[in-house]
Amino acid sequence: MLTMKVKLITIIAEAVLEERLVRDLRAAGAKGFTRSEVRGEGSRGRRVGDVEGANVRLESLVSPEAADRILETLNENYFEHYAIVAFVEDVTVVRGDKYV
Amino acid sequence: MDLIQTNLLTPMVLAFVLGGIGARVGSDLKLPDAFYATLSIYLVFAIGLKGGVALSESSLSEIATPSLGVLLLGGLTPLWCFAILRRCGRFGVPDAAAIAAHYGSISIVTFIAGISYLDTLGVSYEGFLPAFAALLEIPGILVALVLAQRGMDGGRGLGEGIRETLTGRSILLLAGGLVIGLLSGPAGLDKVSPFFVDPFQGALTLFLLEMGRVAAGRLEDLRQSGAFLLAFAIIVPVLQGLLGVVVGAATGLSAGGSFALGLLSASGSYIAAPAAVRLAIPSANPSLYLTPVLAITFPFNLTVGIPLFYGFAQWWVQ
Repeated sequence: MLTMKVKLITIIAEAVLEERLVRDLRAAGAKGFTRSEVRGEGSRGRRVGDVEGANVRLESLVSPEAADRILETLNENYFEHYAIVAFVEDVTVVRGDKYV
Repeated sequence: MDLIQTNLLTPMVLAFVLGGIGARVGSDLKLPDAFYATLSIYLVFAIGLKGGVALSESSLSEIATPSLGVLLLGGLTPLWCFAILRRCGRFGVPDAAAIAAHYGSISIVTFIAGISYLDTLGVSYEGFLPAFAALLEIPGILVALVLAQRGMDGGRGLGEGIRETLTGRSILLLAGGLVIGLLSGPAGLDKVSPFFVDPFQGALTLFLLEMGRVAAGRLEDLRQSGAFLLAFAIIVPVLQGLLGVVVGAATGLSAGGSFALGLLSASGSYIAAPAAVRLAIPSANPSLYLTPVLAITFPFNLTVGIPLFYGFAQWWVQ
């Protein structure tokens, strides 16, 4: 079976950023993503959206270049002020051209 | 004294207290998120519907003068809040603008509690008041966001903050409910009143149970706010409330209507404003702007503010 290595980028952020992050993901070249509502705590404690609830978790399979672009955007616009965590992993997929 | 008792010994306020106690003793009392969201949609939409029907029965001239007063209040509140926070509180521009946005906007739940207080007392009021809630929610946030942009470099976030305010669930439901009520009229409301009118107070009681839990959960964060902000969170709503009553009476509202306008002006937003501010003023500190509104002003208005402003409105209008 023909497999291919791509990057899985995961972003966990305060829910208020959801739409903005989705736009950034697409602009960086992500062809799709999975989003879920999650809960948790970190160095910034509870969310400003506490009344409304949760954090959002976005996952996307992208090319290494797109993953770099996304991390760059997050670094420029989000890390300083918002509660947000992002990490990139190597994963193996079939039908790699679907993602990159 | 009677006024205070009538307000405190209602299922709504008592449920709010119960929610607070639940949070303090570490109970697992918590409405499921989806049910909480459903309740808030129900309450806001129902109040919009009823207001819309009342609008359909009012003439334009009845509404025009008070509306001007409402818009003036909504636009000016963040300006003087901002000035007080900058001059007396020594807050930076982002934090001052963020707090001003919250006090410039309104809390629909506080307003709904005030309206049901009037219903309990059997006091009549202008049915179109919910339209004022919609009118008052927006300008306060907008003015404060513009204040913040002037003091910061880069315009990113202003447009998004404004869109967040206008398309937020509460404003869309309230405005949409008003239009639907206006178009369908009393006959239309009759069809849905077993669902949207009769169980309303019960739904409000459950909702306030959850709000009591949320507000009490914020109490720890008050230590970060400082004495100035604690005083601000009580004194400003009292002044705003009295001013709102005076503006209401001056523009021709009844005692009940002036009270409701006062309570609206006294209330601060803790749902629409935080989301808009978070997007548009990222450098402002959330525990400075959300905690005083949620943990001080909201409980204060619910327990003391309602009878205080009603008593004042009665006295002033006579």
